[in-house]
Amino acid sequence: MEARVLRRVFLVFLCAAALSGCSGGPAPLYYWGNYESQVYSYLSGERREKQIEALSADLEKAESDAKALPPGFYAQLGLLYMEAGDDAAAIACFRTEKERFPESAAYMDFLLGNYGK
Amino acid sequence: MLKRSFAALPKAPLLAALLGAGILLSACVSPPQKDYTAFRESRPYSILIMPPVNLSPDMKAAPTFLSASIRPLAEAGYYVIPVSLSSETFRQNGISAAEEAQAIRPERLREIFGADAALYLTITRFGASYALIDSVVAAAASARLVDLRSGREIWSGSANVSEGSTNASGDLFGMLLTAAASQILNTISDRAYTAGRRAAGELLSAGKTGGVLYGPYNPNYGTD
Repeated sequence: MEARVLRRVFLVFLCAAALSGCSGGPAPLYYWGNYESQVYSYLSGERREKQIEALSADLEKAESDAKALPPGFYAQLGLLYMEAGDDAAAIACFRTEKERFPESAAYMDFLLGNYGK
Repeated sequence: MLKRSFAALPKAPLLAALLGAGILLSACVSPPQKDYTAFRESRPYSILIMPPVNLSPDMKAAPTFLSASIRPLAEAGYYVIPVSLSSETFRQNGISAAEEAQAIRPERLREIFGADAALYLTITRFGASYALIDSVVAAAASARLVDLRSGREIWSGSANVSEGSTNASGDLFGMLLTAAASQILNTISDRAYTAGRRAAGELLSAGKTGGVLYGPYNPNYGTD
């Protein structure tokens, strides 16, 4: 009987070790969608129109699923609108970034201040 | 055969021996403990990712690492200053080289971006290299996290990711052909991009030995 108990303990130990390795981790804090790849596209100098489309699609999806968008998402979209000449949309995006993430306030104010000039 | 010997041995000593071996092995492989005192004192809420210094010959290294560094830091629980905008701000202020940007005083960075800390990245390897028999894709970088309020370094780390294209057949001519073909494929494929993302993830994720601490937006903040 003792042998059986010990073998079970050993198997449980193995299973726990194995499972902790392949648990997949906790749920992410944010909905990432196309954000990373679109930032890569932007930094690589690719065309902006498709980037606005891709991020707008993410925005819709996140809002309909009530998921949080990551730091910088709204600011990225704002930057794209700014380059496209849509100032109102850009300002709205920078303001949203500031609301969602108060740490962005100093920088968002800097960007919004440049608009005021 | 293993089953038979398992059945033959007394169980308790075997289990103890296995547990003991695990502890001994982990002691052998665990890296020296990092000192997180400065990090804990700093308690940064936001991080500015500086334009990375790129020591590789591949132009895609910097955009790859910049874009791939956002997620691990944001998921760790930090506000990451929007990367495209900060890049634009540097550019529009006449800062074209990463070395120039990285030489700016912490107080000035804090003034403009309002970040609590800045991440200084140096990309040491990126892209595919043709090594006669095999074609390896690699991405490696080191990073320092500096508190912009005190100017102190609070953390540093590095990551090195590489994957080779292996030829199963084993004959030399076949291997040379495979290496050449995969060199072409590697340079036009996104294997380097994938390796870069993995390297950034390994470098900047929280919840691992030697990694950054959890930030304020993560429920695990303060537990590590």
